[in-house]
Amino acid sequence: MPEQEAAQMKKKWNWRIWAGLLTSVAAFLSYLVLFSRYPLTRDVPWVNFLLFAASGVLLFLGLRKAYREPQVYRGKISGAIAAVISTAILGLFCFGIFYASKQIPKSADAPKAGQKAPDFTLVDSTGKSHSLSSLLSEPMEGPGGVQTAPRAVMLVFYRGYW
Amino acid sequence: MSEFEAARVRVVAISVDLPEESEPLRKKAGYTYTFLSDPNAEVIRRYDLLHQGAGVNGHDIARPAEFLVDSAGVVRWANLTDDFRERATADEMLAAIRTLP
Repeated sequence: MPEQEAAQMKKKWNWRIWAGLLTSVAAFLSYLVLFSRYPLTRDVPWVNFLLFAASGVLLFLGLRKAYREPQVYRGKISGAIAAVISTAILGLFCFGIFYASKQIPKSADAPKAGQKAPDFTLVDSTGKSHSLSSLLSEPMEGPGGVQTAPRAVMLVFYRGYW
Repeated sequence: MSEFEAARVRVVAISVDLPEESEPLRKKAGYTYTFLSDPNAEVIRRYDLLHQGAGVNGHDIARPAEFLVDSAGVVRWANLTDDFRERATADEMLAAIRTLP
């Protein structure tokens, strides 16, 4: 390409680099906001790993264009920075998934099968008080609309609003 | 009617959430669950499920756990995973219920 032409030609915007960076941000945020709610996508975050892979491909292609055709495309430095940031986001994601979420207390003294469930009295969402024995004996609606005492109670302890 | 109601098992969800925070959840679940409030994590501690400072703003909360308690008050099945992202699915809980006499 004649030098004069090259100097006067405006460099093209390297959209792949920015798409790659955006995809890695989306890969991270979409887990927190959406995919962590469903066991299928939460326990093994395959959708997010796919998004990170797509981000990697976009960044690679964008950087390749920037270095192979530097007169045509921008992005040698910004592309390198975007790649570092995306790698850091992936690293943070992996840290969260593989390490941080396993940092839960041992709960060695939690009741095991065969042990008596510790008694308690707590207030329900309507303000009514219940003890464990009342939960086990108060009638509930069963098949056929018949009100009988439950066979069992399933206690589900959850993190709550977080 | 939920599968739990059909199996005559009362589902009781417990967390540090206040009653007014849980009531919308109960509505969303079709009023088929009982939601109990343990704001000071007293019962959570009694069950050794305390996860100190793990909540928003560093609040003490419960780590997830499920217990199937029979009519005599004895635990028949306990589920505590080693990853707080994982919880028992409805299918796993129903399978445990099927082992009741």
